[in-house]
Amino acid sequence: MRPLFALLAAALLAATAPARADTELTFYYPIAVGGPLTKVIDGYARDFEKENPGIKINPIYAGNYDDARIKALAALKAGQPAQISVLYSIDLYELIEQDVIVPWDDVASTAEEKAWLKAFYPSLMMNGIYKGKVYGIPFQRSTIVLYWNKDAFKQAGLNPEQPPANWKEMAQMAGKLVQKDAGGNVTRWGVMVPSTGYPYWMFQAFARQNGHDLMNKDGNRTNYGNPDVIAALQYWRDLGAKHKVMPEGTVEWGTLRQQFTEGKTAMMWHTTGNLTAVKNSAKFPFGVAMLPASKQRGSPTGGGNFYMFKKTTPEERKAALTFVKWMTTPERAADWSMATGYVAVRPEAYDTAALKAYAKDFPQAVVARDQFKYATAELATFQTGRVRKLLDDAIQAALTGQKTPAAALKAAQGEADRLLKPYR
Amino acid sequence: MRHVYGWLLLTPAALLLVGFTHFPAAATLFDSLFSTGTVVRPSRFVALGNYAALADDPIFWQVLGNNLWFALGTIPTSMAIAMLMAIWVNDRLPARALVRMAYFTPTVLPMIAVANLWLFFYTPQIGLLDQLNAWLLGAPSHNWLGDPATVLACTMVMVVWKEAGFFMIFYLAALQSLPPELEEAAKMEGSSRWYFFRRVTFPLLMPTTLFVLVNATINSFKLVDHLFILTKGGPDNASSLLLYYIYQVAFSFFDTAYASTLTVILLLLLAGLALVQFQLVERRVHYR
Repeated sequence: MRPLFALLAAALLAATAPARADTELTFYYPIAVGGPLTKVIDGYARDFEKENPGIKINPIYAGNYDDARIKALAALKAGQPAQISVLYSIDLYELIEQDVIVPWDDVASTAEEKAWLKAFYPSLMMNGIYKGKVYGIPFQRSTIVLYWNKDAFKQAGLNPEQPPANWKEMAQMAGKLVQKDAGGNVTRWGVMVPSTGYPYWMFQAFARQNGHDLMNKDGNRTNYGNPDVIAALQYWRDLGAKHKVMPEGTVEWGTLRQQFTEGKTAMMWHTTGNLTAVKNSAKFPFGVAMLPASKQRGSPTGGGNFYMFKKTTPEERKAALTFVKWMTTPERAADWSMATGYVAVRPEAYDTAALKAYAKDFPQAVVARDQFKYATAELATFQTGRVRKLLDDAIQAALTGQKTPAAALKAAQGEADRLLKPYR
Repeated sequence: MRHVYGWLLLTPAALLLVGFTHFPAAATLFDSLFSTGTVVRPSRFVALGNYAALADDPIFWQVLGNNLWFALGTIPTSMAIAMLMAIWVNDRLPARALVRMAYFTPTVLPMIAVANLWLFFYTPQIGLLDQLNAWLLGAPSHNWLGDPATVLACTMVMVVWKEAGFFMIFYLAALQSLPPELEEAAKMEGSSRWYFFRRVTFPLLMPTTLFVLVNATINSFKLVDHLFILTKGGPDNASSLLLYYIYQVAFSFFDTAYASTLTVILLLLLAGLALVQFQLVERRVHYR
């Protein structure tokens, strides 16, 4: 019996020991791209603690974006909340509806802190602001870019330094890039746009390029049935069905990078988050360009933001602000961008010596930044999971030829209207 | 006094069962009668409203249909293959341990790892399947997972591959417990191998078959890990299964009430199937 008592006493002591003046911050974060990123985050946390004695940081890796949201919300319900978390930028409305987050404006008191809230690229803030208040501070953010294989361009007699600038060019160039064997089977496709995993995200680019966003600012109305939006889906479908430059059916998100680096497609649309991985595995020179335009250029942003939870003490909120400010200084944003391929979230980061030197050797790294002026918010509404899945299903039904783009999108719009009516 | 003793013996298991199985099941049933509450719209009693919504939900019917096809496609095949493999590796053949291990390997791998492997088998052009196809048949590349007509079958093949080795172990154990005199007697009588299998081995394996059948049925409704990696239920729900849909409704749509409703249906379905299996098949099972 005695050792048990000793153990209990020790446990009690251990439990009461950290009752010092330390403020402890727990934060969950997801990782959705390749590479040993947990080490990078842990390293940041340790560096921060050294510079800011009195604040302890517990970063907890929580899987992908869905897992992270589920874990953070479950922790909140179980009464042992995290103070901050990096969660999907598009979880904003859900988190507001669950009433678990507070805006950063409520904590930012000094002029300097208020200025910090405005230091980021405006297109990255679109998914973080609700009714004029900043709820999400951009951290791991990406956009879609076009990757092209310069060797394939040369082979097809195209200028290897000139990617397609618009939809027509993309279809034409892709047609020249398709390669077939003696039996008429395609050995290299012209272009691939992934349509599993995040089809809505890719489609937002098409829709934006054709002149439209898919939802309004208040997150209570979608625009799926618009004729230009339908035309955008028709173009995507035609790449496979009519122009025969992309495989018919859906294109898998997870294996597309390998198909590109194996030379099975000459162009692909993919997230900038894959840039470092493509750079490390492609055996041919490749270029990165902005997505082609129809009426205009366009791409949605994506990725994760810092949120602050409601169940926090004033001290914790202050400490959280200090930490997140530290995590988004230009130097750290630059460092994070080079480690991952994510975009640096504020303009000053691109003026740091480190990122300038990196971009000189690897100009592909700054294309995403240049595309920001055409960027738009990622699809987020109230009831966001359902509303998004309606669109995902419609896109896949159209791409696999089960429904026409018009029929699929109009049906999705009808359902979305039904879901969103209570929020208007 | 005896009663108390008996109940005390039962208590630990009963507590665990009630706490982790029966109470959650009852709570699920209870939750399915309410709407999902948010801060804006608090939860309220809707009686069978969620069940009415379920009847009108085309995706529910689609995933239910998919799941039945999935069960039909995977259960008999994996059982038949398991039995064949077991009989094969029960014989005295060279490197028997190696062959057994080879058959069992897929079972040891986690489903997520398996799905990641098969994702690359099925990838058009660079995938193993397409390369074999092109090399042996000269056939054009096919978008296996991107075509609603083939995607469900593709997931079935993978699951059969993964499950058969596991069921083989049960058959192998059963085969080894069969008395060797039976085979010797049959040989003396001059019966053929097929006749011996049909009239002796197969009937004696029936208890194992029942056990495996129940397990395979449950697994065909329980195994959805691969969908997270392979297809996320797509294209357009063509490969989605009931449990995966429940996950989406609960954790992507946050509609816990509707997820509870779907869970109740799944529970009823499995309970019904188990009952039928025990009632009907048990009559044909000879223990001893």
